[in-house]
Amino acid sequence: MSAELALLGPILAAMLAAATPLLFAALGELVVEKSGVLNLGVEGMMLVGAVCGFAVAVQTGSSTLGFVAGAAAGAGMAALFGVLTLLLLANQVATGLALTLFGVGLSALIGQGFVGIPIADVPELYIPGLTDLPVIGKALFGQDALVYLALAAVPAVHWFLYATRKGLILRAVGENHAAAHALGYKVVRIRFLAVLFGGAMSGMAGAYLSLDYTPMWAEGISAGRGWIALALVVFATWKPGRVLLGAWLFGGVTIAQLHVQGLGIDIPSQLLSMLPYLATVIVLVVISRDVARIRLNAPASLGKVFHPDA
Amino acid sequence: MNRRTMGKALMGLATGAAILALGVGAAGAQEKTKVGFVYVGPISDHGYSYQHDQGRLAVEKELGDKVTTTFVENVPEGADAERVIEQLAASGHKLIFTTSFGFMNPTLKVAQRHPDVKFEHATGYKRSANVATYSARFYEGRTVIGQIAGKMTKSNIIGYIGSFPIPEVISGINAFTLAMREVNPKAEVRVVWVNSWYDPGKEAEAAKALIDQGADVISLHTDSPAAIQVAQERGLYVFGQSSDMTRFGPKAHLTAIVDDWREYYVTRVKAALDGTWKSQDTWGGFKDHMLFLAPYNPALPADVVAAAEKTRTDIMEGKRHSFQGPVKDQSGKVVIAEGKQATDEQILKMDWYVEGVQGKVPK
Repeated sequence: MSAELALLGPILAAMLAAATPLLFAALGELVVEKSGVLNLGVEGMMLVGAVCGFAVAVQTGSSTLGFVAGAAAGAGMAALFGVLTLLLLANQVATGLALTLFGVGLSALIGQGFVGIPIADVPELYIPGLTDLPVIGKALFGQDALVYLALAAVPAVHWFLYATRKGLILRAVGENHAAAHALGYKVVRIRFLAVLFGGAMSGMAGAYLSLDYTPMWAEGISAGRGWIALALVVFATWKPGRVLLGAWLFGGVTIAQLHVQGLGIDIPSQLLSMLPYLATVIVLVVISRDVARIRLNAPASLGKVFHPDA
Repeated sequence: MNRRTMGKALMGLATGAAILALGVGAAGAQEKTKVGFVYVGPISDHGYSYQHDQGRLAVEKELGDKVTTTFVENVPEGADAERVIEQLAASGHKLIFTTSFGFMNPTLKVAQRHPDVKFEHATGYKRSANVATYSARFYEGRTVIGQIAGKMTKSNIIGYIGSFPIPEVISGINAFTLAMREVNPKAEVRVVWVNSWYDPGKEAEAAKALIDQGADVISLHTDSPAAIQVAQERGLYVFGQSSDMTRFGPKAHLTAIVDDWREYYVTRVKAALDGTWKSQDTWGGFKDHMLFLAPYNPALPADVVAAAEKTRTDIMEGKRHSFQGPVKDQSGKVVIAEGKQATDEQILKMDWYVEGVQGKVPK
């Protein structure tokens, strides 16, 4: 096996890990958007989830509790967004942006006492034999629990949206909230629950970063991944399966460009750093050429304020 | 208050809380001379801004009966910086340290409006009658750790995580590589640029990529300890950056180049107090106590530590220079002739790799 081929296994394993926070956040946001709400506060919810998850893990010594706390904190931030946009009917775009700004500041404030504290890494799966398989062993059988959880969330979300009655109602609310309301569905309640789910998933994404990916708290630890998750939802034209592809593509390009540099292949590193974003833009352009497909998948009531008596 | 304005009010509250996170600390009586510090990051970063704040605390400790200090942390490089510096100048601070490269132009602008206030700007190159500049010769530290790396590597591949391809980082890579090749001509340095000063996720990915390619010692010129954790997990060696990062990887962390501004800050504040302060450029190294090395890891063999200490003291005493000719670039061309040393200008403008570094400098 040549040196380059031997690298394939580690690259695959690293790609799956890099895609995990994006998967969590993007799947959560997908459900939110399917219900007709646009929450641009993913980055802020991730940060608060990351710091709360880390704080609880430090205090209790349990990373499981940390993940739960991260999800709860993300949901708490989302609840704030829900109250503002669904009950007080504030503009969703402005509130979402404010939520991100708020999350950046709040997480820094909470995290003040937690900077520079190391915690133990979450152990990775090890199955004798399987994990030692060449190329795919480490990638498929040597990850930590959260990676598998994120992967399992993809079919789960798909199943919920397209194979259950509740999923159908959620999509109906996202397509035409007036009609859903006329049929007697509680539009605000359904959207609120979707927003909470999105927040919890963003919080999990943040907790994965601070507890597992780089086990520490640092201000702004998400480094823009929340925004990438938002782009992934559009990139995937609101389909869970394509979110997975998008997250892998993004994670893969991120990891591959670091390897290309290390091997000394002469491509400017700035261009390589740009590649994942460039790939997102290109796919968006390609998809957008087919207007019908966008229309077919984008929730028709996305971002529109719902007023029951309007 | 209707619903819309209430929403806006709540949003205002949210932004207000974000601004509150920018801490402003002040203390002391009115009679004392006020000294201000502006930091780009949080003092809790345990890295760059933390080290500057250690300098401020040293000033408080030494001269606390004559001065009071104020600091503003998390100041973004840009329009906000000018506002913060102006505020410090207008509120009676007589000496103000602005500690990041991006504060250069804002500092000069405010200095022009306040000729009676003295300014000190870190890592910049523009000065005026009341603006002095200062920086540390970080590359001297790279010479010592490069030598350690050359002796500790078994795979002869060293991974180097770079932030941005600017002269400060490139001269560090070159100083590191020259010292490494001196003790181990077979070793090579592989550089990965993450194009960020602070992105723990990406720094960890870069460390993993380099290790997967065979690197068994990692050096970094980015600010987070993420790579230290990766090296610890993989059972390899790593050097810390800016501050002692041992606790993130007790086994992996060999030593670290630590910035030390304490002596400089105390000296400059004293000069301002007794009227001898003048605008100048200071570029200090080990000799000037502007940097030092974190405690050596007990895992380092005694002879490696002894050699490292000799290199450090030789640099301090001027017996050794990080860029002592002959120095060849990657094409084998002699850039610094035998018997010559790189001039300060050559180091400040360095945009080429020495022999032994893989890949090309991104242009």
